[in-house]
Amino acid sequence: MKEYILLFISAVLVNNFVLTRFLGLCIFFGVSKNLNASVGMGMAVTSVITLSSMLAWAVYNFILLPYHLTFLTTLIFVLLIASFVQLLEMLIKKHAPTLYGMWGIYLVLIATNCVVLGVPLINAESGFNFTKSVVNAIGSGVGFSLAIILMASLREKLRLADVPKSLDGLGIAFILAGMLSLAFLGFSGMIAI
Amino acid sequence: MKEIWNIFKKGIFAENPIFVLALSLCPALAVTTTAANALTMGLSVLFVLSMNNVIVSLTRKFVNPKVRVPIYITSIATIVTVVQLLLQAFFPLLYKSLGIYLSLIVVFAIILARAEVFASKNAVIPSFFDGLGMGSGFALAMLSIGIIRELLGNGSIFGIQLFGDWYNPALIMILPPGAFILIGYMVAGYKIIMERIESKQAKRGEA
Repeated sequence: MKEYILLFISAVLVNNFVLTRFLGLCIFFGVSKNLNASVGMGMAVTSVITLSSMLAWAVYNFILLPYHLTFLTTLIFVLLIASFVQLLEMLIKKHAPTLYGMWGIYLVLIATNCVVLGVPLINAESGFNFTKSVVNAIGSGVGFSLAIILMASLREKLRLADVPKSLDGLGIAFILAGMLSLAFLGFSGMIAI
Repeated sequence: MKEIWNIFKKGIFAENPIFVLALSLCPALAVTTTAANALTMGLSVLFVLSMNNVIVSLTRKFVNPKVRVPIYITSIATIVTVVQLLLQAFFPLLYKSLGIYLSLIVVFAIILARAEVFASKNAVIPSFFDGLGMGSGFALAMLSIGIIRELLGNGSIFGIQLFGDWYNPALIMILPPGAFILIGYMVAGYKIIMERIESKQAKRGEA
């Protein structure tokens, strides 16, 4: 049990998805302009990562490993996840239109993105079992949500600040993310995994 | 000939994938801790981008527009797998240090974007040079970030120590926060330079 809790904390804080592993930066900078959108994006990413990690774990352990096809991991994972997200989008559109109204656009955005492909690849590379893969996926999703919500709150405050013209926009957003990453660096000594 | 040169040049300066379009940022931060890593990643992307543009452009007449994106992704993933196997065979150390970021080339927005915007509408040769230009822009940006980070954070370039014992490297530059902060300033610097060039050109136009 302790092992899983440590893995979770490590995925959320120590190896934060965005600020330490640099995954999902396009979405991180694109969506964090707005706090509400960031919350929605965080939830969409967490659930999609978790579901697709389960699926990818099954495919990797039951098909790719037994038949010595691991060199195809990249190709199979990207197709698997892209089609899975498309399917999920269709299902949600049909059965839960309200949910689709809130989340739909985020699903389209993350279909082929390093946010969703990264975690299954990390799981496969680390040789995690099923529970560990799921814990790592949920932790990464929560870590992503934490980072993007913090960033969105900071950027809302930033709107009132007087930023030099050349730094305005992407430049200052990067420096802000650097400061946030510096704060997360403080967690790095917490757990040794 | 001049047209091709313009297509090539556009990717390096006016539409630089990292500094201007802000696409494919993940690798620009993750694997630029040393100049060698950054260069390998840049060259891999350059290869994938130009090969994929050629394939997309060659098949543009038979691909049904409805299924084009899955086909592009399959083609990109195949080329990435080739690059992975080549690196694994000839440069195992570099392959290890690039890790999953090499697989993640598949989902780089820049590659899909060039296939969609340029290669699916143009002939093979311009598409190849578009990929070459965009890829070179990417590789040069990666290399410059890598050199600055390695120099400031470790006091070396391509693993060669440049300074004596008096130099105290700023470790923060090879840690994650350094990457964010450096790229923030580089984006700003790029913006200033491009604006200067544009205003000069505008003046020349008036005169």
